[in-house]
Amino acid sequence: MIALDDIDRALLRALARDATQSAGALGRTLGLSQPATWRRIRKLEDAGVIKGRTLRLNPEKLGFGVAVFLGVKLAAKGRSSLEDFERAVTAIPEVQRVEHVLGLFDYRLRVVARDLSDFERVLRRRIMTLPGAGAVEANVLLSEERLPGPLD
Amino acid sequence: MLDDLDRRLLRHWQADATLSPAELAATVGVTPAKVSRRIARLQDTGVIEGIGAVIDWSALGYTVEVSLRITLDKTQAGSFDGFITAARAVPEVTEIQTFLGSVDVRLNIIARDVAHYQQIYRERILTLPHISDIEALMQIARIKDGEALPL
Repeated sequence: MIALDDIDRALLRALARDATQSAGALGRTLGLSQPATWRRIRKLEDAGVIKGRTLRLNPEKLGFGVAVFLGVKLAAKGRSSLEDFERAVTAIPEVQRVEHVLGLFDYRLRVVARDLSDFERVLRRRIMTLPGAGAVEANVLLSEERLPGPLD
Repeated sequence: MLDDLDRRLLRHWQADATLSPAELAATVGVTPAKVSRRIARLQDTGVIEGIGAVIDWSALGYTVEVSLRITLDKTQAGSFDGFITAARAVPEVTEIQTFLGSVDVRLNIIARDVAHYQQIYRERILTLPHISDIEALMQIARIKDGEALPL
């Protein structure tokens, strides 16, 4: 595990917002030379702190008007087939996120759909029919914000 | 409106956001100039919001991730705004979502270990205003990640 200083944290915050900034431009805002900035970015990548890049798209502008968070409980009989459930749920294109969790549910899913009737189709045809799926609870997303996390 | 080329570009770029516009052009088989024009238009119209670095919090020692499902006391005016403004000030909160359903708000929390989580929960979460109920889901594993859209 690597220890970060204030400049590393500022660098991570800036890159999480916009990873396409050049080392030179980032360095100027942080008061570092271009090579020093580049070395710090390399260090963060090599340590696995920066694990990749993500393209942020606007779902509404692409026709995805609805996002739903699902809590799924496996049926008691399906306990032996976690792998079957996971393989099948991961293959559903509308399922964006799958987390195995401990608590009231076994899995937490994030699902996108064009509208509520499209979501109903995904739920009935694809989610309810998953091997081992039991009770499902749905919460329709109204608003969402992502925060930078403990980088201050 | 988006055409097939736009969708193909977005699909490939979404799958690997480290691709440069030139590499993207080679992948979809059009000229780099054309890809640049398309990307510029998708940015101008707000379809593409940006490209961000993905931070692996476990590499920084944050090994615990918990999803808190919160019901608010809606009998008080401004309970949503009051709660969310206060939750934003907790550094370990990485996501805030509001819902229509049995849950009002969800917070995603990261912590270094279970003891650290316990400390955040007691000192920073339970002290947030307007909470009427909290349920916690502790993450064991991420099976699918990245939140790609089915383009």
